[in-house]
Amino acid sequence: MAELTYREALNRALDEEMARDPKVFLMGEEVGEYDGAYKVSKGLLAKYGPERVRDTPISELGFTGLGVGAAIAGLRPVVEWMTHNFALLALDQVVNNAAKMRQMSGGQLSVPIVFRGPNGPAEYLAAQHSQDLAAYWAHVPGLKVLAPATPSDAYGLLKSAIRDDNPVVILESEIMYSWKGEVPDKEFLVPIGEAQVAREGTDLTIITYSKPLKMVLEAADRLALKGVKAEVVDLRSLRPLDEERLYASVRKTGRCIVVEEAWPVASVGSHIAWLVSKNCFDILDAQVELVSGEDVPMPYSHSLELAAQPSLEKIIGAVRRVLYREDL
Amino acid sequence: MAQKLMMIALSPTMTEGTIATWKKNEGEAFVAGDLLCEVETDKASMDYEAPTSAVLLKILVPAGGKASVGETIAVIGKAGEASVSLNEPVPQPSREAETPAVEKESPIVAASSETDGSPIAPPPHGAPLAPVSALPSSPLARKIARELGVDIRMVRGSGPEGRVVEKDVKAFSEKSSAGAFSSAVAAPGEASSPPGEGKVLARPPSKETPVSGKRAVIAKRLSDSFFSAPHYYLKKQILAENLAEARAAVNAKRESSISINSIIVKLAATALLRHPEMNVFWKGDRIEQREVIDIGLAVALPDGLITPIVRDCAAKGILQIDAEFSALIEKAKGKGLSPGEYEGAGFTVTNLGSFGIDEFTAIINPPGSAILAVGAIIKKPVIGPDDTILAARTMTLTLGCDHRTIDGAVGARFMADLASMLEDPFQALL
Repeated sequence: MAELTYREALNRALDEEMARDPKVFLMGEEVGEYDGAYKVSKGLLAKYGPERVRDTPISELGFTGLGVGAAIAGLRPVVEWMTHNFALLALDQVVNNAAKMRQMSGGQLSVPIVFRGPNGPAEYLAAQHSQDLAAYWAHVPGLKVLAPATPSDAYGLLKSAIRDDNPVVILESEIMYSWKGEVPDKEFLVPIGEAQVAREGTDLTIITYSKPLKMVLEAADRLALKGVKAEVVDLRSLRPLDEERLYASVRKTGRCIVVEEAWPVASVGSHIAWLVSKNCFDILDAQVELVSGEDVPMPYSHSLELAAQPSLEKIIGAVRRVLYREDL
Repeated sequence: MAQKLMMIALSPTMTEGTIATWKKNEGEAFVAGDLLCEVETDKASMDYEAPTSAVLLKILVPAGGKASVGETIAVIGKAGEASVSLNEPVPQPSREAETPAVEKESPIVAASSETDGSPIAPPPHGAPLAPVSALPSSPLARKIARELGVDIRMVRGSGPEGRVVEKDVKAFSEKSSAGAFSSAVAAPGEASSPPGEGKVLARPPSKETPVSGKRAVIAKRLSDSFFSAPHYYLKKQILAENLAEARAAVNAKRESSISINSIIVKLAATALLRHPEMNVFWKGDRIEQREVIDIGLAVALPDGLITPIVRDCAAKGILQIDAEFSALIEKAKGKGLSPGEYEGAGFTVTNLGSFGIDEFTAIINPPGSAILAVGAIIKKPVIGPDDTILAARTMTLTLGCDHRTIDGAVGARFMADLASMLEDPFQALL
């Protein structure tokens, strides 16, 4: 089994899928000549040529719409947004066209397209370039939204996304691109819509997705030293959501914390907290806690930037509140 | 997956139930809301409705069998599914607080069919009485309390702002069952004779009857009331001539006679309307005063006392009150009263006159704050208008009040008004 970085895992998935299906092509800003702003598409222009690896102008609405049209016409585009911050310009194409064409045409049209790029806070990037926009996509029926937190899931989910006949948005992360993890050498897919128990436990359930998974697992390690067995559930797929896996875990533990980097208002995390509160009501021994980004535009000052994001201390604090234990 | 069907608390005070009849057979399918079985609780016979749609795989507690709240009474699941894994012996009432692993996975608990949310049992030893909804407690704590038959209002919460959480209920339950054990161990007559004392003379064994569910509830509620509400009593002898004559005159024109109690209840309702400060409930940190006048009437049944209630007596005439009490008493004799028909009286009337009792004191029926004990109508020498002594029918009333809510002068004013109405029922019309 090879140890790959997250960006290498995505690159391998793109390479394999482009080799497998000539309808698959990649486009976006700097994906070709520059090998990708974050080097995810490294070597693909050289291997597949400019017909299938297209550099685009700095016009997110334009090339996203082009991708939607190409998908409707029968190709399987992968549109790379340099970051999700810039994808806000393309919201109309994703929300009003990609997500709706299948339903509005009574199934006559399908839009097999993947939109992907880094999402969420990175570092020293201030308010406009450091934000988790997961809820923008997860809010929209007709889209599938994936948030792989490991190289292996990044590989397996991107491949599933490319093969899916629906529009799929993938949330990656600038910080995660260099994180390493084991990825099996043999080709595999990770099914869309399945959460994964990243660590088993019996005392409380911590639900998370994307980059915070690593921090949550660290918190679980720290809790284990105090004898607290936290179960960590990685959503992987935000839409569709693997509700049953979440409830099964909370039924076992009776306590639930949701951790995410996004703002807390109308977020994926607050939605999950509501679902758990509603569907596990009878067996909850404490309120469902949400550890999220703070409800502010990301500050530029580094100390404030850190304070505005989830931290180990904030997670442990929530654990204290749901376990009614001051000694943690 | 096969699931356990548990006995649930079908009334707030129920801790144990007897299956009267199963309405579904093993192997029979049912849908949510179907009647599964009838359960005799501490006070009434209740319907157990299916919480979900499934097939009744196995009945574990047959008709006539008893089960504590939280015990498994049947296994349900899909047709043809094996119930073997769940088909274990019925746990005994004194089982451990720990719930079996299977139960934890997917417990089935139907909502109990509550009608009146007012609290029934006063809290122990000065703890504030609060309605269940006002008490901070976690859903899991409430669920476990329901399964273990623990009154969650008795449990001291250790969470933020006194929230009762899982561990509090479990600790409480363990403590109380430990207490039950220790008192059982100290049963009399088991101590061995000291050496040299010789033989203890054989005496005929005393008869012991296990405390029925209903008897246990009566014991608990009345103990709680008597030991937490400071009672005081106001006694008044009234002239019952007018009352007795009025009743006789009315009954002479009727096929069925009106009970004296219905007249007393109506006049009490009229007096309560004029003294709303009597229609009050002690809530620990506040006093609730109700506008609607719900009056309970203590009724002796062979297996114990029950107090059916006529709601909103101020808005009802004597005939209607009488008809409602007759119907409720008939229903109670068939063990058919639902909790809404006997819980939450603001005032209670109890009458031992038919036994010839001159006068007596009664224990307040919670959650109300006062109870009127009525003695027999007895002919006595009374002082007439001109200091003459004449024979007249009299009746002695004793009003028991909770001093936390009703001061002596308030009770006395009410009593004076009520007495004047009973002596001269026309006063009630004024």
